[in-house]
Amino acid sequence: MSMDRRKFLKAAGLTTLVGLGGKGVFELLKPGAVEAEMTHGGHGEEGHGEKDAGPKVRWAMLIDVMALNKEKIEKIVHTCHHLHNVPNWGDPKNEIMWIWEDEYEHVFPDSYNEYNHILNGMPFLLMCNHCDNPPCVRVCPVQATFRRPDGIVAQDYHRCIGCRFCMAACPYGSRSFNWLDPRVHLEKEIAEGRKLNKRFPTRMRGVVEKCNFCVERLAEGKPPGCVEVAPDVMFFGNLADPNSNVRKILKERISLRRKLELGTKPSVFYLI
Amino acid sequence: MIEKALKGSSVYWGWIIFLLCVIGAGFMAYLYQLKVGLGITGMSRDISWGVYIAQFTYFVGVAAGGVMVVIPKYLHHYSKYAKIVVFGEFLAIAAVVMCLLFIIVDIGQPMRMLNVLLHPTPHSMLFYDMIVLNGYLLLNIICGYNTLLADKKGVPCPGWVKPFIYISIPWAISIHTVTAFLYAGLPGRHFWLTAIMAPRFLASAFAAGPALLIMILLFVRRVTKFDPGMDAIQTIAKTVCYAMITNLFFMGCEFFTAYYSQVPGHMHTLDYLFRGLDGYGELVPFMRAAIVIGLFGVFLLLVPPIRRNTKWLAVAAASVFVATWIDKGVGLVIGGFIPNPFETITEYHPTLPEITIATAIWGVGALIVTILYKVAISVREQQAA
Repeated sequence: MSMDRRKFLKAAGLTTLVGLGGKGVFELLKPGAVEAEMTHGGHGEEGHGEKDAGPKVRWAMLIDVMALNKEKIEKIVHTCHHLHNVPNWGDPKNEIMWIWEDEYEHVFPDSYNEYNHILNGMPFLLMCNHCDNPPCVRVCPVQATFRRPDGIVAQDYHRCIGCRFCMAACPYGSRSFNWLDPRVHLEKEIAEGRKLNKRFPTRMRGVVEKCNFCVERLAEGKPPGCVEVAPDVMFFGNLADPNSNVRKILKERISLRRKLELGTKPSVFYLI
Repeated sequence: MIEKALKGSSVYWGWIIFLLCVIGAGFMAYLYQLKVGLGITGMSRDISWGVYIAQFTYFVGVAAGGVMVVIPKYLHHYSKYAKIVVFGEFLAIAAVVMCLLFIIVDIGQPMRMLNVLLHPTPHSMLFYDMIVLNGYLLLNIICGYNTLLADKKGVPCPGWVKPFIYISIPWAISIHTVTAFLYAGLPGRHFWLTAIMAPRFLASAFAAGPALLIMILLFVRRVTKFDPGMDAIQTIAKTVCYAMITNLFFMGCEFFTAYYSQVPGHMHTLDYLFRGLDGYGELVPFMRAAIVIGLFGVFLLLVPPIRRNTKWLAVAAASVFVATWIDKGVGLVIGGFIPNPFETITEYHPTLPEITIATAIWGVGALIVTILYKVAISVREQQAA
């Protein structure tokens, strides 16, 4: 009995190892499908002409701030919060936010320039930066938040103990805690006509959550929800591939990343 | 030996019952929190740690402060501490238990607490905090209980306890260092991101812990037949004085770096705490009072005739305790979240259930101190008789 179990676990462990180390990641994410939608004109051979170091996939999000307007912001936020069953508490104390709007001076408080009349007051979209060097992952005592091989900083709602160390560590205010039971509030919203997304779990109170770059959609070969509803604003792709859509855009546009001086290496870029 | 806690005057039992009521009220409030969630507290998305973690931080200091009587006794053979070192250790036990309780009430999913053991994560400072706090609790139980037991029997402390006593000294330093590292290693929280966080924590700990010990020992001296010895208490007072001056010096260093460099990130939280920022400044009177009370305490301790006066000594110890409590048990943790990462301000108002729970944990600490001190004092009275 115990031998059987051990053998099974060993086999399962080996499969996982092979899956993580080799091609498995690509198959798991079906990047072919995602990339086809993401890339304009396809991408060349992997690592072509570059040193074959570093990860082969590092997902990144580009947000064209110049193309943003109130209507698009509302659509993006609504879509994301619908897809992930984020309750709408309507008060800043309990609020859960995966993607939200704020002004330039709050998004880039360290580079605020009172004479910059173009950027000041301009609406930006904020979300988890899926840092390459994430402080939240460093401080989590139970590895409930972890960095996947494709660069996505994920959150395990079933392991999180709710210590909120990650919230103190995140310099971007990207994490929300379920101070009260979100399911109770969702019930209320459903009674008022809100629809639940049955394909994504709701959370329980006492755990932390945040943007997950739509891992559940990537696994099905779909782009993140925000990209789908606003393809002219949000661009998602592989930062590690020099020929990817996002790298091409970054070559042509001026981009900003939040609080670079902290060494977190954000994967969210703002195009201006 | 523990049975000595069961024999006491009606005042003793009245006090115990009072504490049990305080703890009971807090327990009810905790059940409510467990059912509804941490939303019943004043914490929010912006101020994600509040009273609980602030009190946790403060009492780690009180626990570490016990080492200030252990070092002179065991490293310098300062014999005047022979009778009181156990009181330092017992105070540390109570303080560590309080710390552990403050963590438990703060986490959102307490039934998953053992995940910290199930998924040990050496890159998380909380993992080390768990190890050092539980280790320190165990060390103090071993050392405190066995030295007292030996005293009771009138025999020297068994040799195997000695290594644990010596280990407990650097261990005490470690608990507060690791606790400081919880804060001092976070990017983007300018107020906490300072290399002197751990030294400052230790300085305030070595002031606060012994100050509390002085207050309790003065009380013990008044109401029981056991005399801890005025010489010993005076020596503790000198320790408190040195430590508090060091603490205020470190605080001054923080002010200098912030205001001379004029870097906004370094100034903002200090502005909020001591001057008010963008019209917000609820903590200003408290933080200013902390400085004044702290300086007042130092003054009382610095002037020998005042320090030797028992009443003034009690006032001095209370001043130091209150000043460090406001500074570390209120300002330090809350201040770290103000302003938030968007440079806006959300203030924090603890709620009644939250305060009831925190008070209950103070009650647990007081209960442990009462029971352990009752045992220790009974043994000492027996020795004297």
